[in-house]
Amino acid sequence: MNIPHTRREFLAGSGALVVSFSLHGAQAQEAVPSQAAPSPAKPPAPKLPGDLSKYPKVDSWIKLAADGRATVLAGKAELGTGVKTAFIQCAAEELDLPPSAITMITADTGLTTDEGYTAGSHSMQDCGTAIRFAAADLRVTLLELAAARVGLNVSDLKTQNGAVVTPDGTRISYGELVAGLDLHRDVRAETTIKKSGSLTVIGKPMARVDIPGKLTGGESYVQDMRPDGMLHARVVRPPAYGARLASIDTAAVEKLPGVVKVIRDGSFLAVAAEREEQAILAMHLLEDAARWNDPTQLPKQSGIQDYLRSLPNSATTILDHGTIGQPGVKALRASYSRPYKSHASIGPSCAVALFDGGKLTIWSHAQGMFPLRSAVAKLLNMPPEQIRCIHTAGSGCYGHNAADDSAGDAALIARALPGRPIRLQLMREQEHGWEPFGPAMSSQVSAAVDADGKLIDWQYEVWSNTHSMRPGGAGNLLAGQLVEAAFTPDEPKPIPQPEGGGDRNAIPLYVLPNARVVSRFIPQMPIRVSALRGLGAYLNVFSIESFMDEAADAAGIDPVEFRLKHLEDARARDVVSKAAKEFGWQPNAKLPRGRGQGFAFARYKNLGAYCAVAMEVSVDRQTGIVKIGKVVAAVDSGEAVNHDGIRNQIEGAIVQSASWTTQEEVTFSEREITSRDWSGYPILRFPDMPDSIDVHVIDRPDQPFLGTGEAGQGPASAAIANAVARAAGVRVRDLPLNPARMKAAMGV
Amino acid sequence: MLLRVISVLVLVAVVAFGGFYAWAWHSEIAPVRPVDASTYDPAIVAKGAALASIGSCVVCHTQAGGQAYAGGYPVETPFGTLYGSNITPDPDTGIGSWSQAAFRRAMHDGVDRKGQHLYPAFPYDHFTHAADTDIDAIYSYLMTRDPVQQQNREPALAFPLNIRLAAAGWQLLYLRRGEFKPDTAQNAAWNRGAYLAESLGHCGACHTPRNALGAEKKNEAYNGGIAENWHAPALNGNSTAAAPWTAEAAFQYLRTGWDAHHGHASGPMTAVIDGLAKAPESDVRALATYIASLSGTDDEAKSRRADAALKAAREKTPAIVSLASLQATTGKSGNTNDGAAIFVGACASCHRSGSQTPSARPVDLGLSDAINSPDPGNLLQIILSGIHPQARERGFIMPGFSTALTDAQIVALAGYVRTHFSDKPQWTGIDARLTEARRKTGS
Amino acid sequence: MTTITVNGKPHQVDAAPSTPLLYVLRNDLKLNGAKFGCGLGQCGACTVLVDRQPVYSCVTPISVLEGRQVTTLEGLGTPDNPGPVQRAFIAEQAAQCGYCIPGMVMRAQALIEHKPRASESEIRDYMAPSLCRCGTHMRILRAIRRAMKDMRTASVEGAR
Ligand code: FES
Ligand code: FES
Repeated sequence: MNIPHTRREFLAGSGALVVSFSLHGAQAQEAVPSQAAPSPAKPPAPKLPGDLSKYPKVDSWIKLAADGRATVLAGKAELGTGVKTAFIQCAAEELDLPPSAITMITADTGLTTDEGYTAGSHSMQDCGTAIRFAAADLRVTLLELAAARVGLNVSDLKTQNGAVVTPDGTRISYGELVAGLDLHRDVRAETTIKKSGSLTVIGKPMARVDIPGKLTGGESYVQDMRPDGMLHARVVRPPAYGARLASIDTAAVEKLPGVVKVIRDGSFLAVAAEREEQAILAMHLLEDAARWNDPTQLPKQSGIQDYLRSLPNSATTILDHGTIGQPGVKALRASYSRPYKSHASIGPSCAVALFDGGKLTIWSHAQGMFPLRSAVAKLLNMPPEQIRCIHTAGSGCYGHNAADDSAGDAALIARALPGRPIRLQLMREQEHGWEPFGPAMSSQVSAAVDADGKLIDWQYEVWSNTHSMRPGGAGNLLAGQLVEAAFTPDEPKPIPQPEGGGDRNAIPLYVLPNARVVSRFIPQMPIRVSALRGLGAYLNVFSIESFMDEAADAAGIDPVEFRLKHLEDARARDVVSKAAKEFGWQPNAKLPRGRGQGFAFARYKNLGAYCAVAMEVSVDRQTGIVKIGKVVAAVDSGEAVNHDGIRNQIEGAIVQSASWTTQEEVTFSEREITSRDWSGYPILRFPDMPDSIDVHVIDRPDQPFLGTGEAGQGPASAAIANAVARAAGVRVRDLPLNPARMKAAMGV
Repeated sequence: MLLRVISVLVLVAVVAFGGFYAWAWHSEIAPVRPVDASTYDPAIVAKGAALASIGSCVVCHTQAGGQAYAGGYPVETPFGTLYGSNITPDPDTGIGSWSQAAFRRAMHDGVDRKGQHLYPAFPYDHFTHAADTDIDAIYSYLMTRDPVQQQNREPALAFPLNIRLAAAGWQLLYLRRGEFKPDTAQNAAWNRGAYLAESLGHCGACHTPRNALGAEKKNEAYNGGIAENWHAPALNGNSTAAAPWTAEAAFQYLRTGWDAHHGHASGPMTAVIDGLAKAPESDVRALATYIASLSGTDDEAKSRRADAALKAAREKTPAIVSLASLQATTGKSGNTNDGAAIFVGACASCHRSGSQTPSARPVDLGLSDAINSPDPGNLLQIILSGIHPQARERGFIMPGFSTALTDAQIVALAGYVRTHFSDKPQWTGIDARLTEARRKTGS
Repeated sequence: MTTITVNGKPHQVDAAPSTPLLYVLRNDLKLNGAKFGCGLGQCGACTVLVDRQPVYSCVTPISVLEGRQVTTLEGLGTPDNPGPVQRAFIAEQAAQCGYCIPGMVMRAQALIEHKPRASESEIRDYMAPSLCRCGTHMRILRAIRRAMKDMRTASVEGAR
């Protein structure tokens, strides 16, 4: 079957498109009437907001059909955060169109703009903003058309519920205005969006559009795709990093019932079969038949932080003002660390790929469809135009997990079996054992407080690998490293400030007259790493906010008061005060032995959402188990489009961070990753959950959207550590705060 | 049962005998007011902590989800249910008002501070052999825990056992006092292990069968017993372990709960291992030396037999290849109780050979004590409830199959693994034991 | 050929008797509810009901299901007419990525059927086998409590 790979063909043959999407069931991205392909333009002046600066044309974001329905195109994807619903709210609001009349299309190299990766909590800032302004501009255009038609002034008309309404109440539906509507033009610079008072959709409750399907067994995930003629594929991963496939006799496996093909290219080994369980059995047989030569040795896990610090690094001073080295009346110093952490998605990564008529289509839950396309193009040595990557929901990824790898695997297998859709899902052990982990990191901080309890000296250093080895390059796909003509991964690079990678949030938001912050980038990666939710912010906020408590204690000041003493940013002060108030924070509250309260704050990337967390924990002296009680958080994400969506994200961030902070640690021997399933990599379960989590959203009408998805993890981790320090009477600076470490610290 | 009734009557008769009362009478030991924890020597406290973990005190003196040592843990006995007491230093509900002498008396004589006789579910028949210095160290350790206000629960026992004096009768019959006597023929490690096992470790409490009045049959020491509805395997010459216990294997097992020759600890033994994980390594090695010696001298020959058993078991572990053919052939009959088909579909995703298995590789089933045991009870309980790590700990996970498999299917599966993985004869009466196991595990 | 009864309907399945139910549900019966998470009985993503009790379909061979009733997410309700537990999850917006949710719903369904008045800690203990990575736990707990309430009032009204 023929699937269009460019807008032009797509318009040429939308019949084919329907075929292609019948592959796709509920995931279908419907045919969209269109004027032309979205193409990046030389940035127009003045700069338009959000990603309009890259794609200024209205029809890059919105189309209108004769039936009055709108199709909104987002270059960002729904990763399970509910952003799709927020996008619809943005368009519905500015268009005066019911949300039900809007079809959402997300990241698809055949249809949407290239907004890069859906990452870094950028979706609302970049894409939501663009959609909102494009919709606002379209609404004005519709008013102008209607005005011309009825010979009135735009100012005489209003829009309402999908129609332009004249003073005498005549309704001209948007559909009627489509003829002669040219949206292939730049959004006008003077375009304004609605003011807070007049909002009817934004900031109002709206249930997530994807939830009912997910709750009732709809075809909601790439894992659920079942196109006709589909084969089930499995890959065989090497036993350990660096092991190359020396020899294998595949004859026995090829004879197995249902097995269609064994695919081998260098050390890349896979099998496709008619039935899933047949593919799995064949995979196990191949695992046993394969002979591998020696893997690369891994460093000892016990000394990993020292080992990483011993590697060559390049230091950048990212903050340097005043004169450091002020003695003050009290000086303190400490170092903190985090181990490697796994994304550990509940659903192992999966992709569906079809190679047909020299063209390749991939349905993937990876974060970047365009970068994936260029990586696969290199891997298969195909022109990118011949490849179409369509984002299709998967299990939550929390960054760069094995999604891209599985797409690369599927592409290689599909090319070997033209005409048959290939569904490749990784096994649990493969997801856990081979995903790029969140890097191990360490930090060191020293400070001095003066007589009136102000921080007059602050020196901070952080050691880290890169936090982004995302594709682009074929070597960043596991398959790319395994094939005969292997690709080398891209040169690891630090993500520059202000967003930062390993040094994300390494610069405190606090007022520090004399401060220096040094970021030490370690290129060499003994363990495969990439982006995990929050990147370096998780350790940096954990370190800074733990240390703020240590400094507050040294100064003999309540931690909340101490923070406010060093915060000028009014919105930062507001979230801190809000969280403290709602929690009922009492300076030096007296709690029974074994219980303690903790507080922490950060503004994600110092550019995104503000978040403060207060909580109570108890530490069992006998078992060393940290149990979280009441949790209260306050968050400021700018103008809140969907309050419940924001609360859902922060609740999730706190729970996930609680698991990272009190339990999680990737384990490895000198030969291999040993945390290869849930028994080796346990995460928090229901009995371990906090007693309660309350999230208070501070809405900021008319303020820009601020990303929320990664705002909570850092503050939650430090709030736990600070509460634990008070509950157990010992400060633990190396993550995780698991029973063994707690018992050791408490000397039991 | 009849025997039990008669002996109880005898016991009551004994109780009636006045001289006995005189013998049994103990005076109250005056209460003391708790002193500040900081006054205890940290070195002694640490020693006490280690000994307390070897004795697994926390297990029976802590109720599920309760605070450590605050009591309330139900100990099921054939005579009724008793509840571990509060041994935190709380003066009113714990042992805060106990002097060191009072604590010694409880450990040695099974008599509490007030002079009341304690029921032998509290294994003072073992603790009585402990050295005073060790008991004092445990005292220091307990006195430095967090005091917890928690009333003790009265035991639920039938007459006449609900008369505390009945315990005195039991003591008259079975309590043999006196410190442990080292065996000069054995080395220091063996003697240390023997001392710990016989006194504070109270291994025999589970691994030695008991008589009608619930006393250990000393002449059948370590012949296998019952622990909280689990069969505690024999550790003596009658051990059914496929691989004989070497000191090294016993150490691995006692220290980590897993050993390549014996697999995972399950049931009540997991709690014992949690304790031993905190004990000094030398003491755990000593225990291992003694335990291994119970089933014959720990020599070259023994290690060779152990390795042979391991090798044999490895060969029995189903290779993926054979599973492939099994999968293709089994149960074509449409027999819903085909043990092999159930094994392939339910068990083989973990219990298989293969270069790439999950994090925690399960034991080669041929070595599993549950499968080689004379009694299928343990295997059935594991099939029903699975194996789960301690809260917040990394560890082997086996799901339970109590809801997935019918009784007939579990019986078929148990039969299949017994024939397939053990050289021992097939069990009889698996179904009866399953009914019991379902009752015990409440599934 | 093995016959299994799913959501009240018997199906003839041409797969090896040892085939885990999960693959038959997803691939032969084209039911999306049960998800593959680990295939090892560790995560609960594949949870379905067999004779109204929760089982891990990834380690349940179809050979053991003759004459037994399998219920999947699809058996509890439809998008237009969701069952009470599904409705409660939607009302509480108890999902982020949602991948774990079908298993959660099935386990919750069994809990409510067998212990309609479970206490908070009983609910948490019962749900322990099911993992969620997005951290939706607090909402899932809210949804379960809501479903319990709804189903109780419903049964009361039913009784009237
Ligand atoms: S998929 Fe069945 S328990 Fe994880
Ligand atoms: S909602 Fe994503 S795993 Fe639970």
